[in-house]
Amino acid sequence: MRKLLFIALAALAPVAAETIVIENATIMTVTKGTLKGSVVIRDGKIAEVGEKVMVPQGATIIDAGGQYLIPGIIDCHSHIAVDGGVNEGSVSVSSMVDIKDVIDPEDVSIYRALAGGVTTANILHGSANAIGGKTVVLKMRWGKDAQGMIFEGALPGIKFALGENPKRAGNPPGGRGANATPVFARYPATRMGVEDVIREAFNQAKAYKAEWDAYDASAARGEHAIPPRKDLKLEALKEVLEGKRYVHAHCYRSDEILMLLRVADDYGFKIRTLQHVLEGYKVAPEILAHGAGASTFSDWWAYKIEAIDAIPYNAALMQKKGIVVSLNSDDAELMRHLNTEAAKAMKYGGVSENDALAMVTINPAKQLGIDQRVGSIEVGKDADLVIYDKHPLSDYAKVQKVLIDGTVYFDRDKAVSAAKAAAAEKQKLLDKIKQSQPRQQPARRPNG
Amino acid sequence: MSKFLAAFLSVCGLALAESPPVTAIRNARIVTVGGPVIAKGTVVIHSGLIEAVGENVAIPAGAWVIDGEGMTVYPGLIDALSTVGIPGAAPAATAGRGGGRGQTATPATTTTAAATQPAAPRAMGPEDRPQTTSWLLAADEISPSDHRIETVRSGGITTTATYPTRGIFAGQGSLLDLITAEKAGEMVVVPSLGQYISVTRAAGFGGFGSGFPGALMGYIAYIRQIYLDADHYKLVKDAYAKDPRGLERPQYDRALEGVLESKRILLPANRVIEMDRMLRLAADLKQPVILYGMREAYRPEAAPLLKKFARPVLVSLKWAEAPRDPDPEADQTLRSLSNIDQGPAAPAALQKAGVPFAFYTDGIDAPRDLVRAVKKAIDAGLAREDALRAFTLSPAEIYGVADRLGSIEKGKIANLVLTKGDIFDSNTHIETVFVDGKPYKPVAEAPPGGRGQTTEEPGEIR
Repeated sequence: MRKLLFIALAALAPVAAETIVIENATIMTVTKGTLKGSVVIRDGKIAEVGEKVMVPQGATIIDAGGQYLIPGIIDCHSHIAVDGGVNEGSVSVSSMVDIKDVIDPEDVSIYRALAGGVTTANILHGSANAIGGKTVVLKMRWGKDAQGMIFEGALPGIKFALGENPKRAGNPPGGRGANATPVFARYPATRMGVEDVIREAFNQAKAYKAEWDAYDASAARGEHAIPPRKDLKLEALKEVLEGKRYVHAHCYRSDEILMLLRVADDYGFKIRTLQHVLEGYKVAPEILAHGAGASTFSDWWAYKIEAIDAIPYNAALMQKKGIVVSLNSDDAELMRHLNTEAAKAMKYGGVSENDALAMVTINPAKQLGIDQRVGSIEVGKDADLVIYDKHPLSDYAKVQKVLIDGTVYFDRDKAVSAAKAAAAEKQKLLDKIKQSQPRQQPARRPNG
Repeated sequence: MSKFLAAFLSVCGLALAESPPVTAIRNARIVTVGGPVIAKGTVVIHSGLIEAVGENVAIPAGAWVIDGEGMTVYPGLIDALSTVGIPGAAPAATAGRGGGRGQTATPATTTTAAATQPAAPRAMGPEDRPQTTSWLLAADEISPSDHRIETVRSGGITTTATYPTRGIFAGQGSLLDLITAEKAGEMVVVPSLGQYISVTRAAGFGGFGSGFPGALMGYIAYIRQIYLDADHYKLVKDAYAKDPRGLERPQYDRALEGVLESKRILLPANRVIEMDRMLRLAADLKQPVILYGMREAYRPEAAPLLKKFARPVLVSLKWAEAPRDPDPEADQTLRSLSNIDQGPAAPAALQKAGVPFAFYTDGIDAPRDLVRAVKKAIDAGLAREDALRAFTLSPAEIYGVADRLGSIEKGKIANLVLTKGDIFDSNTHIETVFVDGKPYKPVAEAPPGGRGQTTEEPGEIR
């Protein structure tokens, strides 16, 4: 039922960008401290932040007295807004597929994420394959079309996955050793195999890159050679080798984390983020040395064998070693309260209030290479802002308004009234359709 | 010699008995579609073509004269996307995931033909050309004895754009005139119309776990890769044809040959987001595209989008319907309810916006069901003449055959429907259907599938 109501909210057109002043708020900038004051928004950007600001003529005033203002929350690991399946699980290397092709701007999870203060999310392919599909960063611009959701200028990524997920696909129903025919068994079935699949794919990608580099050189010399065949699968890996595509790798155990870092070093590319990275606290120096970011869970552990050594202190421990740490959702529901996920880092490991908030704002922005644009409240940055009625790290805090590019995309008061209207609209349609139905037919005779 | 002559004459005699060389329908109301309606006039048919049409047309001596007093002549209806003529084909060309969330999708029909096909080997990537029969030409697959030909013709359909529909690249459609033919070739008006593409797993290609592609993004990646491969293939082939010396012999690939032969592509789109997605995909592929499905074309954002890309669309007449015997506990989304309520308003919205569109029956074969479906669009605001156009001249224009089909005009093919009453009225009686000038009487209708419902899809196994 809740789902239906929200679908109707799609009709609520966001208020167009204009000059807005948010006044009297407790502004948690994340990078420049916390102050009581105002923020001026012009042309979708933050124009001024201060205790006293010049209010431009004709500006729309939002009085946030007694309320809190934080930068829009950024989720570094989400699978919402994807149409027709998040896993191309048929093959071990599915780098030819692209989330960008199947963005579903009508997924109500976008609106709900917005209602939870999320303004930007990294939308990843699933973890069924050692090398998965291409990923895309979206802004939660609910009501816009697929193209309008894309975070313009954000470097695209690719999903890798290690451990149980990529090695179990294709095994017989009931698990390995079960008495069933292993139809369509898919290589790999072990962690060794996962490493081999990645290495083999990059062997191919290197050869492919060499072929194209040779062609590009000959074309530059003015020769008219026939270009090599363009292979979407290897093209994505070529971009990884060239540093034009970020690798976001799903991983749990310390041994597999070290394995992947070694493979990346061998082939000369970087792992941008380790996702989940539940045993990251065991190998933090190695992660730091590689330069990878870590995007982990707050306090989920032991939900499967490879998560048995996970601890809720992971984020704090990695942070203390100097790694850029973010907390992600990997889940449409959890995505709606990432603020409280951040708060858990204070309980487990004693992270400061500001550092906790950073784990869902500026840190994921750094990991996605978009920290020049979003992640903190600074002059010149995108006006992606969230107003909470209470301290955002409190369980009791509720999102009041969410702005993206200076446009209000979520307004709690309007959402509540629109929900009622949508319910009425639905009931009206149900009654109308019921009326127009022909009289109930007798049950059809069973047919085979 | 005399023996030969006798044989020749007897053949002519047979042809004469079937359809006289000259037929004239006089005193009839003529809805030409291409021009103004003629309140009372004559149509002369000669050698399968319209020889003359007008108020004052002389009837040639020896013509078979039909008194059309109180009757109306329409151009033959064109089904813009059909499987009629291919026996055992899935009757409906469903446009994929159009049901939207919470709405039960049309169950995949398992036809006998598909069920007996050997399972395709598991595809491990685009190189294996999964679910691809792009080289198939409907013209080569049709059987003149397909019983559906007579069924749909009885409803006034004289022409079908018949496509192979099983697979991602299912094959190329052909434009067929639904005559009762000895040989399939006699029916073919245009052998290749374009490539039928779908993004759902077809029956006979296995279910979950049967290889690449599995997810929608896999289907789209495959389509992209095929066109990259086709471009490269052509480049290599052309270079080799120019001068083979010193060049590796290019490999023959029938999948790519089929794609290169196709002058346009048909892509499925029911939801607005699918329209957006598929129009962008076709633009990336640099392929002229026709979208089919259009369930949500009634939504206000649809027409501007379609207009922006300036591509024609095919509207399925299988409107979204309330589920039969629904689970009272089950919840329906507002969107799926709107689709049921507003779906038939899509043609009127497209018409108003000036988006070129044609109807397709989507497996609705029975004449009474077809009329009922068109009537829904008319009741939802589509003018009768626009409904007729979407079934005649518009599909002819979309397929580039308006010079021979789609209206009652001198020199065009004599595909006509003679009725008592308006063609889209439920109590209208179709007297005669002319295809290539040959007269056919409609057959008695098959037992109905129930009032207010479409009939069962033939070949469906429950």
